[in-house]
Amino acid sequence: MTMTHSTDQIQAAIVETFKTLPDWDSRYKHIIQLGKQLPNMADADKTADNIVKGCQSQVWMTASLNDDGTITFIADSDAVIVRGLISLILRLYSGQTPQTILETRPSFIDDIEMTQHISAQRSNGLHAMIKQIQFYAIAYKMKLEQGL
Amino acid sequence: MTPVMHLNTPSHCTQSPVEPPAGFDAAAIRAQFPVLQREFNGKPLVYLDNAATTQKPRPVIDTITHFYEHDYGTVRRGVYALCEGSTRAYEEARAKVSRFINAPLSCGVIFTKGTTEAINLVATGYGRPNVGRGDEVIVSALEHHANLVPWQQLCKDVGATLKVIPINDAGELDMAAYKKLLSKKTKLVAVTHVSNALGTVNPIKAIIDEAHQAGAVVLVDGAQAASHIPIDVQALDCDFYCFSGHKLYGPSGIGVLYAKICHLDEMTPYQYGGEMIESVTFEESTFTKPPNKFEAGTPPIVQAVGLGAAIDYVNQIGLPTIAAWEAYLLDIATRKLSTIDGLHIVGTAADKVSLISFVMDQAHPLDIGTILDTEAIAIRTGHHCAQPVMKRYNLPATARASFAFYNTVDDVDRLVAGLHKVIELFE
Repeated sequence: MTMTHSTDQIQAAIVETFKTLPDWDSRYKHIIQLGKQLPNMADADKTADNIVKGCQSQVWMTASLNDDGTITFIADSDAVIVRGLISLILRLYSGQTPQTILETRPSFIDDIEMTQHISAQRSNGLHAMIKQIQFYAIAYKMKLEQGL
Repeated sequence: MTPVMHLNTPSHCTQSPVEPPAGFDAAAIRAQFPVLQREFNGKPLVYLDNAATTQKPRPVIDTITHFYEHDYGTVRRGVYALCEGSTRAYEEARAKVSRFINAPLSCGVIFTKGTTEAINLVATGYGRPNVGRGDEVIVSALEHHANLVPWQQLCKDVGATLKVIPINDAGELDMAAYKKLLSKKTKLVAVTHVSNALGTVNPIKAIIDEAHQAGAVVLVDGAQAASHIPIDVQALDCDFYCFSGHKLYGPSGIGVLYAKICHLDEMTPYQYGGEMIESVTFEESTFTKPPNKFEAGTPPIVQAVGLGAAIDYVNQIGLPTIAAWEAYLLDIATRKLSTIDGLHIVGTAADKVSLISFVMDQAHPLDIGTILDTEAIAIRTGHHCAQPVMKRYNLPATARASFAFYNTVDDVDRLVAGLHKVIELFE
């Protein structure tokens, strides 16, 4: 198994990349690039149950608990910029334990200096996605604690 | 990308260009709207979300500020000068609205907080007593949720049936189907004058006449019409007509319900409270006459005065001139957008207001809106609170650019350039 990077390191790396991008245009280009590279979710998983509510585009998310106690998230959207944001969110949270997920505030959103465009814009579903990830973490944490 | 069904070539493209109204100075008009002078991301704002809400001209802002600084008091409750003055200003605003829509009597004009409240007022105050089990209410497939859900819930509660007038691929109502839906079971027809999602102007006079022949009353949702089309409620002979101040260059928090006085006399109040009461004991209350009967509590005084100022402003330019400039912009924008590869206009009715709903093969509407925002271009993206319309076209969402008379040809060009940027980024 590969060594999991700490969430602090991951957020620092994301922020570092964005700092090298001089303006909004290039930052958006980067997000669009990430969106295009995000692996597609299987169509069979794009069910009503997996829809993340509160997004202007359609967003689907699944979560599965691994044997080592970490959670793998898979998510997709029909909007490319949202896929790019998903890519960043999954990089931070997928593969982490429920405890780590619940302790990790997504500070990179403020630190990539796109707050006016990204965190304030609830319609892109960023908040809804993070909430959904936290719900999964709480559910799996309880499951693990109860030895289920 | 999302498959796009049956999207026609706009009929505009085969016709000769629309001419602008003579002497119309859009730049001078634009200069009267302070917000339109703002820049975002270092670029001048191009505001193309006028179907959601419109910006406010200097005279409206000044009227509101002046009123708060000099004239503000409560209405209809005191004997002192400020109250008398406020009451006069508030009732003068009602008279202006009344003249604006050619209502026969000012007392048929009720101030609400917006079109949504006006429709809910009718659904409750008229619908509850008059629509019963086995009756039918007709709406159209073009309705905003605000003119759909109140009727849907009324029908559920009283055991009535909601019928829907279908649309064709261009986004026009199927009038033959409408006539077939009408019967003696039809108690009420609630239909939008102009579609907020597609821009279609409905043949409202014909709809009203057919409904009346069947013995039904008609409510017209004029939220998207009042800023584009001169309204004459007497010529239309509609039973109810509603619109919002904020879409007519006036303040938010004020709307209008026009109703025939015979209905208002019989309707039950929608809310209860101060100044709508004749006498109150612990056992019984009697209510005043319209309009006060429907304006419980302290009304939106300053908003009404601001709406009056907005109507003065619109009248000064003239709705026919406004409509002519907007038709010119719509024609240019439709032609230019039609030449963009992969762009499909949704809603190609022969009679449209200055609104273009569209999708692109290259990008989701949310992606389009987000990139245009970096260019300081404000459009609407999403389902426009008209999910049944989106479903009709098998689309989850559209992008929508809606033009007002303060928009310029330069705004259209900026939009086109922004859309080319979208293509460049997403292709």
